[in-house]
Amino acid sequence: MLDVTGISHTYGSGAKTHTALGDITFSVEKGEIVCIVGPSGCGKSTLLRAISGLLPPTAGESRFMGERITEVPHDLAFVFQEYSKSLFPWLTVRGNVAFPLKARGMSRRQRHEVVDEALGWVGLADAVEKYPWQLSGGMQQRVAIARALVCQPALLMMDEPFASVDAQTRAELEDLLLRVRREYDTTVLLVTHDIDESVYLSDRVLVLSKAPSTVVSTLTVSLGAERDQITTKETDDFVHLRGEVARLLRYGTAGVHDEVHEVKQAVPVEAVAE
Amino acid sequence: MTVTERKEKKVTPDTRARRGRAIGFLGKWAVFAGFIAAWQVATTLAEAPYFPTPSTIGETMVDLWLSGPASQLWLSDAVFDDVVPSLLRLLGGWAAAGVVGVVLGLMMGRSEKLYDYFSPTISFLRSVPPPALLPVFLVLFPIGTPMQLATIIFGVIWPVLLNTIDGAHTLDETVVETTRSMRLSKPRFLATVVLPAALPKIFAGLRVSLSLALILMVISELVGSTNGIGYQMIMAQRDFSLPKMWAGIVLLGILGYVLNVLLLVIQNRVIGWHTRSKSLTGR
Repeated sequence: MLDVTGISHTYGSGAKTHTALGDITFSVEKGEIVCIVGPSGCGKSTLLRAISGLLPPTAGESRFMGERITEVPHDLAFVFQEYSKSLFPWLTVRGNVAFPLKARGMSRRQRHEVVDEALGWVGLADAVEKYPWQLSGGMQQRVAIARALVCQPALLMMDEPFASVDAQTRAELEDLLLRVRREYDTTVLLVTHDIDESVYLSDRVLVLSKAPSTVVSTLTVSLGAERDQITTKETDDFVHLRGEVARLLRYGTAGVHDEVHEVKQAVPVEAVAE
Repeated sequence: MTVTERKEKKVTPDTRARRGRAIGFLGKWAVFAGFIAAWQVATTLAEAPYFPTPSTIGETMVDLWLSGPASQLWLSDAVFDDVVPSLLRLLGGWAAAGVVGVVLGLMMGRSEKLYDYFSPTISFLRSVPPPALLPVFLVLFPIGTPMQLATIIFGVIWPVLLNTIDGAHTLDETVVETTRSMRLSKPRFLATVVLPAALPKIFAGLRVSLSLALILMVISELVGSTNGIGYQMIMAQRDFSLPKMWAGIVLLGILGYVLNVLLLVIQNRVIGWHTRSKSLTGR
C-alpha cells in the first residue's frame, strides 16, 4: 500500500546543512500497524512528513497505492501530538469532526449521523456540543482521532499521538487504536519514542538510527490481534521484543552486550521518555 | 460587619463576584456623574461664553435632535440631515475598509510572495497621516460623500489589513498540516480555517479602525462637506452658536462610545470561544 524508496532529507544549505534522514526504504502492507521508533532527534517526524507529501524529500520517493506522492493523498489522515493545536477552537467537537466531511460536500443529515457514530465510537457521545478546550487532553486526542477516522482513510499517519497524555489515558488510547484497526481494517503508520508502545501496537517495528537516520532493523511482532495492556506485556514474546528494540536503539545491533565499558560509552538514547 | 455576622452569612464566590461587579458598575458611573457635576460647577462659575455649561449643552442637544414629531420617534429633521449621513459614511467607509482589509490580509498573510512584494508599499502608505491626504482627495473626488468615503477607507484600512496579515501568518503549522490532507480549495481554506483563526486579531484591528473612522469622518466633514455632524459644528462655530458646537462634540463622544460598545457585543458573540478558551487554559 505504501512503498517508501530511498527517502532522504537535508535541512538548510551550505555550512549549516543537517541531514535528518539518510536513506530510508520500507513498505507498509494493507491492514498493518507499523511503528517507527528511533532516538530523539533522529528525524522521525521529518520522515512522516517527507513520506506523506507535507514536506518534499531531498531524494527518494514514496508511492501510495502505486501512485507517486507529491501532495498529501486524499485517502490519508493525520493525528498529531499537539491535539490542542490541531483541533479548531472555534468549532464544537461536532464541528471539528464534521469539518472534513463538510469539505467533501456530504449532506448535513448524513454528516450528523456519521459524526455521532464516530464520536460514540471513541467514547465521546456526551461531549458533542462542547468545545475542544473544555475537554481533557485525552478527550481532545479522541476528538482528533475521530476526525481522522470519519473519512475512513486508507492510511492513518500518527506522529507521537499519545506522547502528551498521562500514562492511564495513553493505555486507553492505545487500546482504542487497536480497536479501530480490528473494526475498520485501517492501515496505520505510527511514530513513537516509546519502546513498549511500539511493540504493543505493531505488526512490525522499524527501528531507526540517530541522524542521518536509516532503518537499523525491522522486527515482526506476532502477538496476535487481541492484545491486553497487562497480559500481553507479560508474555515472553513481548518482553523479548521490547528488549530487542531497546538494544537496537542503544547499540544499533540486536546482539547481547555484556561488557560494562561498552554500555558506558554508548550514546544515550531516549529509551524511557523525551 | 462583625466576625459573628460574617460567619452567619454564607458568601459564595458567585454572589461575591456578582456583588463585586455591581460595585464596579456603580463606581464607574459615579465617577462619570462626578465629572459632569464638576464640569457644571466649573463652567457656571467661569461664566465664559466659549464654555457653556453641560446643562446648556444638553438642552441644545435635545433642541437640535430630539424635538421632532412623534411620527419620527421625536427625532428632528437635523438628525436625518446631518447625523444619519455622518453615520452612514462612517459605517460604510469602515465596513468597506474592513472587507477589503480582511480579504487582502488573508491572502497576503498566507502568501510569502504576495507579502514580500507588497510590504514596503504598505509600510509607506500606512505611514502617511490620512488627514494629510485630504487636499489630494478634495481635488480627486467630488466634495461630499465620495471624498469623505475615500478619506475614511484609506485611513482605516491599515489596522485591519496589518492585523489580518499577522493573524493569518501566525496560523499554527499543526493546523495547516492537519488540513493539508483534507484537500481544501484555497478560498475554502482561507474562509473556513485561516479566517476564524485570525478573527481575534481581526477584531482588534476593527476596533482601532472604528475609532479612526470616527475621527476621519469629522475631519473630512469639517473641510469638505455640505452636511453631517462635522459640517454642523463648523457652521455653528462660524455663527458663534457655541452651545451648538459643543453639542456636536458631545454627540461625537456618545457615538464613539456606543459604537465601541456595540462592536464589543458583536465581538463577544463571534469570538466568545477565543476569550473563554483563553480564560480556561490560561494561554
